[in-house]
Amino acid sequence: MSDVVLGRSGLGRHVAYVLRSNPVTTVAAAGAVVLLFVALFAPWLVPYDPVASDVPNALQPPSAAHWAGTDQLGRDIFSRILMATRLDLMIAFSAVSLSFAVGAVIGGFCGYVGGGLDRWVGRFVDVLMAFPLFVLAMALVAALGNRVENIVIATAFINLPFYIRFARAEVNVRRNAGWVEAARACGDSHLSVVLRVLLPNVLPAMAVQISLNLGWAILNAAGLSFIGLGVRPPTPEWGIMVAEGARFITTGKWWLVAFPGLALMLTVLCFNLLGDGLRDILDPRMRT
Amino acid sequence: MTVSSARGPLLQVENLQVEFSTRHGVVKALHGIDLALDGRETLGIVGESGSGKSVTSLAVMRLLDRAGRISGGRILFQGRDITRAHHGDLRKLRGSALSMIFQNPRAALNPIRSIAQQIVDVLAAHGRLSKGAARGQALELLRAVRIRDPEARLSAYPHELSGGMCQRVMIAMAIACEPALLIADEPTTGLDVTTQKTVMELLARIQAERGMAMILITHDLGLAARWCDRIAVMEAGRVVEQGPTEALFEAPAHPYTRRLVAASPTRRSVLADLAPDAPKVVPRPVEHRPGTPPLLELQHVVKSFGGPTRAVDDVSFRIPPAGALGLVGESGSGKSTLSRLVCRLLDPDDGDIVFDGESIARVPAREFHRAPQRRDIQIVFQDPNDSLNPRYTSFDSIAHPLRRLEGLRDGAALTARVRDAAARAGLPPELLERFPHQLSGGQKARVGIARALAPRPRLMILDEPTAALDVSVQAVILQLLDKLRREEGIGLLFVSHDLNVVRMLCDDLVVLQAGKVMEEGRSRDIFRQPRAEYTRTLLEAVPYFEPKRHAA
Repeated sequence: MSDVVLGRSGLGRHVAYVLRSNPVTTVAAAGAVVLLFVALFAPWLVPYDPVASDVPNALQPPSAAHWAGTDQLGRDIFSRILMATRLDLMIAFSAVSLSFAVGAVIGGFCGYVGGGLDRWVGRFVDVLMAFPLFVLAMALVAALGNRVENIVIATAFINLPFYIRFARAEVNVRRNAGWVEAARACGDSHLSVVLRVLLPNVLPAMAVQISLNLGWAILNAAGLSFIGLGVRPPTPEWGIMVAEGARFITTGKWWLVAFPGLALMLTVLCFNLLGDGLRDILDPRMRT
Repeated sequence: MTVSSARGPLLQVENLQVEFSTRHGVVKALHGIDLALDGRETLGIVGESGSGKSVTSLAVMRLLDRAGRISGGRILFQGRDITRAHHGDLRKLRGSALSMIFQNPRAALNPIRSIAQQIVDVLAAHGRLSKGAARGQALELLRAVRIRDPEARLSAYPHELSGGMCQRVMIAMAIACEPALLIADEPTTGLDVTTQKTVMELLARIQAERGMAMILITHDLGLAARWCDRIAVMEAGRVVEQGPTEALFEAPAHPYTRRLVAASPTRRSVLADLAPDAPKVVPRPVEHRPGTPPLLELQHVVKSFGGPTRAVDDVSFRIPPAGALGLVGESGSGKSTLSRLVCRLLDPDDGDIVFDGESIARVPAREFHRAPQRRDIQIVFQDPNDSLNPRYTSFDSIAHPLRRLEGLRDGAALTARVRDAAARAGLPPELLERFPHQLSGGQKARVGIARALAPRPRLMILDEPTAALDVSVQAVILQLLDKLRREEGIGLLFVSHDLNVVRMLCDDLVVLQAGKVMEEGRSRDIFRQPRAEYTRTLLEAVPYFEPKRHAA
């Protein structure tokens, strides 16, 4: 047990070191913590009911009462942005976890086994990537039905090729390493070599991909909602808010679009910046 | 090239200090070293890993990476101070007057340019010749380094050449502009003994022909004693002793030199001589009663990878219980394939492998992790850097076979077994929580041995376990292996290209060439009287540490 405790404090020190030596990561990590906090506790944080309309107060510019103004139905935009964080992050996290889990396993086996499996999966991935991915996601949501879980599935599906390729390449360069053979001599089957020995080693490199992908998945979900697929009004969601607000931008009501857009941009930026730091944290070789 | 001996030595290093800035602050790599070298002279810098020999050469070439910095002292080359020389001046100097060859020739050559292009690049960089003339010169150089069929080799790419050939190309590039000083950083490490010998002979000949001076950096005292005029011994960033080769090795003054000399195997040394400080192993001779069934028997084993030749071609041998068999051959001889066949990581095409009276060749390698013999046959891999999972601590690495093969869960029993295995491999318990990158080469080798020992095997396959280690570490590891065999009765299959090491450790010897057994028998007899021509060539190429022969 003492080993485990020591290991953990070592990790703590290491995380502290990475954050100290890399201020950008620190900012990004702080941003991610705020986002998670908002996503988890949004219902208790919002100053107004995000779906309750208040028509007399419609289209008010930002003020002390309504920090981000109100929309065409008088709903508080700030409250809606907070609530939308919850939904958008949930979609992105589930989609990315799904494509990571499935893609890493498929890619891991392709990279380890090679041969026919690798060739067939490789061609399938090539075909998939030849499609405009956003259009593919649109088609999937349209075919599967206009529901949140289908947005998750569609987003996961279009991310899948990247994970398969990534895991395949990373596993492929390691499959002849001495420690892989050693694991076989230690009694691991091929299956457990891939799942328990190789994939954990690929994780640090994939962490960067996961983080970049989170941002991308959020954009994708918002994009689908923007064109009217997936999440439906009046559910607060950044894409829908931008879509609805777009009508009013010509009349100078900029806050309807600007604030949800800003939230979207900052979230994506935050996850993109987090990637490098995550890799440093997860790679034990960096821990000295 | 006329070297101005009137103006003092060709290269003079005075009180050179180098430091590296790391995460834990500034680390001093060189603590003020002094070296001097005349034209036409060969200086050997010997020392173990981490002693600063490579840093010295990089500092002289001014090739230290960004983290490294010359913090004191100066370097005079042909009377000029190049310590603070400008990059433009250095570029003119490098290659034309000051040249270097590196340890791993394959990594130092550009894989996507042909040999001719790369040599022409060097010549063109110093503006000596036109492209056409440069190509002719490249051909001349390939002839000079004795590459067979040089016209055809000009258009070859590095991956089409063997390691020894690549090193010759590197040498050709290094001497292309007639440098006054050539620095050779472990030029033959990783090459076969016979190739090693020809490469060194080539370097010495070129040096004599062109009147170059040479710095030979090596961990191999045998090599240094054979080829150098003077030796500087380095330890922990300091030159602890330097002097003429013969005098230095005959009567080493510094305790570190003495220890190094003791650890270097000579033609007659036995294991106990190599590390006199280590606890003595009782030389209990292992008894072989005739009639006891062998621990391992290979019967006409054949393996091919689909090429025109077989990697392993009709190989048979046997190892008695607690026996030690040496499997010797150069790269491509099939010895690594054979060790993986015995370890059941590969399936033989034909023949049988019998372990303790039971055929284990019939269980496919894919299924062998479930076979009862899995824990009886364990393997220690060649490169300790590559054989440990970078995400496992030493504890996890050693616990791995226990978790998988014996189903032990985390707890006192597992910890006890891991600590026991570590102790038997001589690994201090405080290192169990470290990751591989926090361990030295020797410590990693011990983790690898402890991992193999943990499931209490009866046969250990050792695939060049000391090839990547310093001599003093090698001595201790060899003694450890010998002790395991004599005290615990573990059979050893020792795969190596180093005949001398095999001679000390193994009773029996099998010499392999191109997958075929060339010679087999008691190792004592083979060393005294090799029957096969190939064995004789191998034996002659071993660079024994014999300072006296150099004098003669």
